[in-house]
Amino acid sequence: MSEQKLMHSSNAMRGDDHVPLMLIEELSVDFSTARGPIHALRHISLEVAAGRILGLVGESGCGKSSLAYSLIGLLAGNARITHGVIRLGDDDLAHLSAARWRELRGKRIAMIFQDPMTSLNPVRTIGQQMMDIQYRERITRAEKRKFAVDFLAQVRIPDPEARLDSYPHELSGGMRQRVCIAMALLTRPDLLIADEPTTALDATLEVQIIHLLRELQQKFGCSVIFVSHHLGTVAELCDDVAVMYAGEVVEQGSVDEIFRQPAHPYTQALLECDPGSIREATRILPTIPGGLPDLRQVPTGCIFQDRCPQVFERCRREHPGFHLGERTQMARCHLIEQGEMTP
Amino acid sequence: MSLLEVDHLEVRYRRLGRVKAALRREEATFPAVADVSFALEAGRTLGLVGESGSGKSTVAKSLIGLQPASGSIRYGGREIGSASQSEWQRLRREISMMWQDPVGSLSPRLSIASLVTEPLKIQGHKRSSDDADRLLSMVGLSTDLGSRYPHQLSGGQARRVGVARALALDPKLLIADEPTAGLDMSVQGEILNLLNEIQSRTGVAILVITHNLNLVRHVTDEVAVMYLGRFVEQGLTDAIFRHPRHPYTEALLSANPSPNPDERHGRTELSGEMPSPFWRPAGCEFHGRCPHARPDCADIVPGWTGEGERGYACRYPL
Amino acid sequence: MSQAQATVSLPEPTVISRILRGLAGNRTGTIGFVLVVLILAAAIFAPWISQYDPAAIMTGPRMAPPSSDHWLGTDNLGRDLFSRVLAGGRVAMLVAGASLGAALSLGLVLGLVAGLGPRWLDNLLLLLFDALRSFPTIVFGLAVVTLVGPSLFTVILVVAITSVPIYARIIRTQAQSLRNAEFVMAERAMGAGLPRILFVHVLPNVLGPLLILASMDVPLVIATEAGLSFLGMGVRPPTSSWGVILNDGYNFIRNSPWPVIAGSVPIVLVTLGFTFLGEALRDIFDPRLQKAN
Repeated sequence: MSEQKLMHSSNAMRGDDHVPLMLIEELSVDFSTARGPIHALRHISLEVAAGRILGLVGESGCGKSSLAYSLIGLLAGNARITHGVIRLGDDDLAHLSAARWRELRGKRIAMIFQDPMTSLNPVRTIGQQMMDIQYRERITRAEKRKFAVDFLAQVRIPDPEARLDSYPHELSGGMRQRVCIAMALLTRPDLLIADEPTTALDATLEVQIIHLLRELQQKFGCSVIFVSHHLGTVAELCDDVAVMYAGEVVEQGSVDEIFRQPAHPYTQALLECDPGSIREATRILPTIPGGLPDLRQVPTGCIFQDRCPQVFERCRREHPGFHLGERTQMARCHLIEQGEMTP
Repeated sequence: MSLLEVDHLEVRYRRLGRVKAALRREEATFPAVADVSFALEAGRTLGLVGESGSGKSTVAKSLIGLQPASGSIRYGGREIGSASQSEWQRLRREISMMWQDPVGSLSPRLSIASLVTEPLKIQGHKRSSDDADRLLSMVGLSTDLGSRYPHQLSGGQARRVGVARALALDPKLLIADEPTAGLDMSVQGEILNLLNEIQSRTGVAILVITHNLNLVRHVTDEVAVMYLGRFVEQGLTDAIFRHPRHPYTEALLSANPSPNPDERHGRTELSGEMPSPFWRPAGCEFHGRCPHARPDCADIVPGWTGEGERGYACRYPL
Repeated sequence: MSQAQATVSLPEPTVISRILRGLAGNRTGTIGFVLVVLILAAAIFAPWISQYDPAAIMTGPRMAPPSSDHWLGTDNLGRDLFSRVLAGGRVAMLVAGASLGAALSLGLVLGLVAGLGPRWLDNLLLLLFDALRSFPTIVFGLAVVTLVGPSLFTVILVVAITSVPIYARIIRTQAQSLRNAEFVMAERAMGAGLPRILFVHVLPNVLGPLLILASMDVPLVIATEAGLSFLGMGVRPPTSSWGVILNDGYNFIRNSPWPVIAGSVPIVLVTLGFTFLGEALRDIFDPRLQKAN
């Protein structure tokens, strides 16, 4: 597997000083459907550095949520990991027993979801739920309650003591998401996976939540995988970023590298499209013409070929490997290998 | 004379039953929208911006007669706030609406072809497959989609069907509630371009309702910012973006995280959340979250400071 | 979950081919479908399938075991059990069809009125539904029989009245959630009147789940009919019914088990057939319940 070699040599080359917490190698996931399997994730190789925030960014259908769910063993019933390993300590999360998963979830890995209303139990109070989640700890109820209050205060919920007796529906959406974050951190995980946690919130609350996440991540020193379709949020919150398109990581690197000098044509197009980033008023906004390829029959060559403005003959023929840009930045594009990278 | 003139619009929601309210000697209703006034000319676009709970969608519903309101709504010079059912029937040819949920606003058991021609059918016109094809191609959709059903469409396609249907009768006023909600970045631009293009061709007046202030920059001529059911700032889009006067407007403007690493600092971050409209704070209703609030903001209600098209409700504007 | 969303949408099959394909891919669904088709065919074509008149006595020896002349044997009056089972099937299907049809249409109207009408009417109707539901079906049936007298019509009436509240409640809930659905608001904003909203937009979305529910209720109705007939409170002799066959055979079970077997097996088959079919249809139409294949 030449691609894998390329990955490893590039890791060696950049002399990375970040310690990896989780290593994803060549991960592939299929979804079976009535009309044949969808190859939703193909040969994903990524590294989640300890104590850093990795952003998974891409448009709907790119596989960012599937990737996040596969890292905590919560893929849908019709999904199957067909290839690859997910290393976390001595475990391979791609091939893990149900019993071992239960030990890991809520202990080493925790997750927060897009809709905080549906991830909280509507008939139990916030306090009950926050104490339930500490079932592993051998401490008294009073101590559990104290921890719960303490964590609600850490996520800046006003009057945390009183909030313990509230039911989820009595809180606003922003408050509920704060409760979810508090619950996820209560178990002091090594890795927190956040799946679009701010998408359902208003813009001013979104900013509050990402700043809170940033602050708590630094305090607890855990790693965070932040899944989002919003480039600005990722740029503001994350240290590293992986841009996904149609089931592949097409570009990865540090936030500064990727948002200053995007190398992959898809990343470039995506950045141009963000209406928020266009500072001059215009009546004609940029778009990315075309649609996603059919992932039942993955096309040969580059996955972005049909929508790429710089496509050339080799892109149709040959699937591009990861090519090293400056420093830690890598992109799956033939142009970079040929030295024609046009950031 | 403007196409649409709204004067002191007020919408009250019921909080208690009549009997309960009388027994407790409390108000049975509370204002969800209060003292909203604006005008919209033909061929122009106004953006109504605010967070969820600001009352912006309620304004839209009262404009299409689905929400009783007091105050005055004049359309084409005629008062429509108290229009009868049969008058509304006729008005609905000229005022149409694009709904927030692109798929959820399409009746699930009808084909796309019958959905886009639904307004023709309702208003008693003959409809043919040519009409469906014409409308679908107007919004850049393949006519093959006509035989499909709403759940088989992508968000962007469903949104285009919504646009086609809203424009089926050549309306004079189009109300677009969150026209880009739930769409990917690359598709948002397509929908906004489509609205711009249709407006320059047909001269339709558009009212865009959104929580994303940065979105309205590229589609609107004027902007009104709502907080707790009231306008807090209003003016030409360019002016508002160049120099927001109300702190809430400024906060909304800077609440859009930018992918540009050099633009990450100097943000006005709001603390707390919007209060409920039946426990309105005293004084300036924004003072509890305002980063520039002064002691007397909690006591004195700010009046409307207006010069021409520009106005704001703040005693210490930026 | 968004992760399983297909990235491309091919034109989807029509409703009928979707049902057939779904049933073919579901073993119990296939069994249910075949059973229901066989049972309906047997009921419809009963007079042409069996050569004996189900009411004719002494068509052969009494209490005879199954033979080539009498496929299921004969009863204590020498009536051919096979033709009596077929005739009982006609009665069962008639009761099920008529009573469920009546319950569905009345439930639909009342449910829509409760769901879309004013609040006080809704409360009143709910009270009525709950009052009706608080009687056990059989007890209610016995009371009605003593008032009206036993007949096929009484059975239909009892089943219809006791089923109305169930359907009406379901319709009411559906109608209420659809009333505030965005597509209904959109139709109102385009100027659609109540009849159009009701018949074009609300009914089609309510009817599907209701028919599935009704198909799963068929065995219940047939069991009620059999139960009432078994107690002598249902159809009158000489009309055949599975309950009547059971009742007649029950007295002579020491002499011959065949009448009881002939009366109960069809009830079991009908129950399995309609339940399997109903469950399969529900799985086909409710994607949330769809198992991963």
